[in-house]
Amino acid sequence: MKVFAFHLMPYGALDMSYAEEHSSVWLKLPNSYFDPKEGQILYNRYLDELELAAELGFDGVCVNEHHQNAYGLMPSPVVMAAALARNIGDAKIAILGNAFGLREHPLTLAEEHAMIDCITGGRLITGMVRGVGCEYFSMGANPAYSLERHIEAHDLVVRAWTEEGPFAFEGKHYHFEYVNTWPRPYQDPHPPIWCPSQGSSETIQWAAHPDRKYTYLQTYSAFASVLRYLDSYRAAAQNIYGYDASSEQIAWCAPAYVAETDAQAMDEARQHIEVMFNNFLPKISQSMFVPPGYMSASSMKQIFAHKATLRGGQTIEDMVERGVIVVGSPDTVREILTERHRQAGFDHLLLMHQFGTLPADLTEKNIRLLATEVIPALQALDDNNYRGFEVAAAAE
Amino acid sequence: MNVFMFHLMPYAALDMEKRDRHPSAWITLPNSLFDPKIGFELYNRYLDELELAAELGFDGVSVNEHHQNAYGLMPSPVVMASSLARRTENCKIAILGNAFALREHPLTLAEEHAMIDCITGGRLITGFVRGIGAEFYSMAANPTLSHERHMEAHDLVIQAWTKEGPFAFEGKHYHFEYVNTWPRPYQEPHPPIWCPSLGSSETIEWASHPDRRYVYAQNYSPFTNVCKFLDQYRQVAATTHGYKAESSQIGWTAPVYVAETDEQAKAEAAEHIEALFNKFLYLPFEQLFPPGYNTLASQKRVAAHKRSIMGGQKMEALMENGVIIVGSPETVRRKITECHEVLGFGTFVALMHFATLSAENTEKSMRLFAEEVLPAIQPLSDREYRGFEPSAAAAE
Amino acid sequence: MADCTESKIDVRGCKIHMRRGGSGEPALFLHGASGVAGWIPAFQTLSESYDLMVPDHPTYGMSDEPDWLDKMDDLAMFYLDFLDQMDLDGVHLIGNSLGGWLAMEIAIRSCTRIKSLTLVGAAGIRIKGKPIADIFMMDPDDLVREIFVDQTYADNILGMELTEKQTDIQIRNRVATARLGWQPRLFNPNLRKWLHRITVPTHVIWGDTDKIVDPAYAAEFGKVIAGSQVTIIENAGHLPHVEQADPFVAAVNDFINSKAA
Repeated sequence: MKVFAFHLMPYGALDMSYAEEHSSVWLKLPNSYFDPKEGQILYNRYLDELELAAELGFDGVCVNEHHQNAYGLMPSPVVMAAALARNIGDAKIAILGNAFGLREHPLTLAEEHAMIDCITGGRLITGMVRGVGCEYFSMGANPAYSLERHIEAHDLVVRAWTEEGPFAFEGKHYHFEYVNTWPRPYQDPHPPIWCPSQGSSETIQWAAHPDRKYTYLQTYSAFASVLRYLDSYRAAAQNIYGYDASSEQIAWCAPAYVAETDAQAMDEARQHIEVMFNNFLPKISQSMFVPPGYMSASSMKQIFAHKATLRGGQTIEDMVERGVIVVGSPDTVREILTERHRQAGFDHLLLMHQFGTLPADLTEKNIRLLATEVIPALQALDDNNYRGFEVAAAAE
Repeated sequence: MNVFMFHLMPYAALDMEKRDRHPSAWITLPNSLFDPKIGFELYNRYLDELELAAELGFDGVSVNEHHQNAYGLMPSPVVMASSLARRTENCKIAILGNAFALREHPLTLAEEHAMIDCITGGRLITGFVRGIGAEFYSMAANPTLSHERHMEAHDLVIQAWTKEGPFAFEGKHYHFEYVNTWPRPYQEPHPPIWCPSLGSSETIEWASHPDRRYVYAQNYSPFTNVCKFLDQYRQVAATTHGYKAESSQIGWTAPVYVAETDEQAKAEAAEHIEALFNKFLYLPFEQLFPPGYNTLASQKRVAAHKRSIMGGQKMEALMENGVIIVGSPETVRRKITECHEVLGFGTFVALMHFATLSAENTEKSMRLFAEEVLPAIQPLSDREYRGFEPSAAAAE
Repeated sequence: MADCTESKIDVRGCKIHMRRGGSGEPALFLHGASGVAGWIPAFQTLSESYDLMVPDHPTYGMSDEPDWLDKMDDLAMFYLDFLDQMDLDGVHLIGNSLGGWLAMEIAIRSCTRIKSLTLVGAAGIRIKGKPIADIFMMDPDDLVREIFVDQTYADNILGMELTEKQTDIQIRNRVATARLGWQPRLFNPNLRKWLHRITVPTHVIWGDTDKIVDPAYAAEFGKVIAGSQVTIIENAGHLPHVEQADPFVAAVNDFINSKAA
């Protein structure tokens, strides 16, 4: 198993009294709440944390893209990936992901990924996401075309990386007379492509296609949901496409906090994880989260059934119980993650070691404990520990 | 005087025989000529060179944007600036420039610049360029709209950086309902803005406006032209805008090569300087100046000098015209000092690697320059400048 | 021998330069990217059968450059205004190259005042994998050579000494074409789906050696525009009305006399 350190880079210094006047930290929370001096400190601290994780033996580090909000301060994960490129030895860098289809020029991202892949000698992982609904408001992109554009942007980028230029790309949404990307990526045919998702069946089916076999990454949901979605990827591979998905195509991301004892871990993490889920993440009104046309009606209904709790008022106990987060002593965390692996068989595990307002000292302690006492055992796990897919299906 | 080291990051391993089968090293030169293994080495070498410059005492390092060509491998200078952000300490990082108006989403660049400014604690310099003519083929942007979009993109970005969001921007070319950029830049009100140029009266008039007072930096020009335009900046400031421009608003960019003696410098630089101009930079007229890129008056003027744009250049002539500075430390020191006496530029940007110049000679030149030229020219100020008398007649 | 009058027509404040000659049913010739060279022999011959009008489009040639002109749609609407103002009915619309694209944009919006449509080497749609030649990237001299089969036409043009004014117009025309057709390159992705709205007899004329817009486009238009007729002119490039004036005019007349009388 490969274990990555995932960072959202939230604006941890947010003045919490914002909630008196604003219902969400996305899109409309005025950027006057952002203090650049705090921003400088946080950005450098977060980059230090990822560099530390790499130094201590995580297989890679991850960053991602979100615009105009306090939840994640990386409208451009490319900046972070580039800042880390020459500072993390051999560890991988995963951009999870960039929303190529939000752009009118997906090739600018393709160029950037190719540059980073070359600078790192082939250590980049390219995540392609559609972008959460909110981004469509920020970016002025039309959600009704989201899936189409995502697919077309993907096709454009993959061709740009693999087909000798110049060639013309004559798409519906993208039309370029001269595609001739310099540089080309280091990895052949291109960096591995991953699909982070919150559980969209269209994404799952698209990613599992035998032409692609993109690693599917499920992000924070109750573990029962995680399992269901990861299994549905394997099911799609088997039932629709007739092949057995490898566990390398399966990935899970969850916040994880380790301290000396279970009780201490809960105490130390409580306030900060609750800020993340109750302040930074939720209270996204339905229209911001799923603007018109963003997903099919059936997907929408499904997501909302499972995301009912994405509306705030969650306690750490709730989240631990539902398996949205993993919190405890090193032994506890190790055991839980091992058991989760037994159930879902993910070959890639992404641990979010910082969340919400979790301060520097606790974050560092978390990283160190994870690195020394938890992940070595996890890194040794493989399909031998996995109960297997057919069994899971029978057990459902 | 502030002295920067500038890097273009060319694909120095270009197969010249194959390159010669194509009209230029831009747009249609097939990217199969790019070997990513070599790209990996070159990128890291070039970044090392810029980091060395910072270490050696240059006031700043500088990168820029060019797409789909072998002349400059940075379609995204943001990647390079980000990579340098945490590996340089006190020097400025200048992106000279980004072509904001080539994008449909100039705000993606604004976000990236704000991120880098925060990470570096305010060491970023933001260059605004329209983009050289060739980019309009690669980026499928309409050159006839270039001037308009450039102005509007600029206004949008400045507002995004300085006006509290969210607000709507309702332009002709850009229309966003929610502009609310997180993060905001570190520097107040925003990073300094520079306008690199090949020589443009329109740019001068715009940059020198009292609301803006942007640094104007002219590149690749015979010294007579540099004089004409840099003085024009001061003239326009005085007569059109009614203020006295500071020398810090005036910049000169030039390729520089230093070796032990004049003869040795010429011998070592000749092949590579000529490759820069004749193989890498050279652009046929239609690629350099697509219709509408220039005003009618400018277009006629450049058409008249068509023959002499970029083709068949020889080092001797380039030196004599003052386009490049090549020689012993003493010669280079003297040249810059003399030019400063005439023009009083407060910023000097030295392109110290060019085309196929080897790593050893690049480093040698940089070290000689840092040890023997920088200490003499960094202290230069208006004290050594002969001064400028605006003529009473209206600016040309 | 020019047998035409030249005048300025003011359409809602936008003044366009127009050449006009002959009598009979009205015919409107819409020029392409390089503008109008003059009252060429084909125009003279056509004016023997029609009241022929050959304007410079707004932003081209000697016409005004209005600030409302952003896209080809705007130019099409302008010409509908023009037809209304001139109160012309039963017009034979002829469009070459970019002018052919324009003619289609006009016709899909309204055929009320139009009697027939002739497309000559027309731009406007895209066949995947077969782009129109990139006239912006080509060296202008090479472009002139590519346009003609018979190189003596190219020689003549390239050998001309241009006045300052003519040079200005040349630059102007190139800019105007870029404004309309840079991206998407000389086509409108939304045009093809509305071509069924062309209800007048349509004639598609193409040079057999058109190196700018491949003759495959002639067949394509023939297929897509219901009831249209395709005529290929031999030994002609992108401007068959210039290179093969007589066969061209004969084809135009034959079609109109038989299908659009």
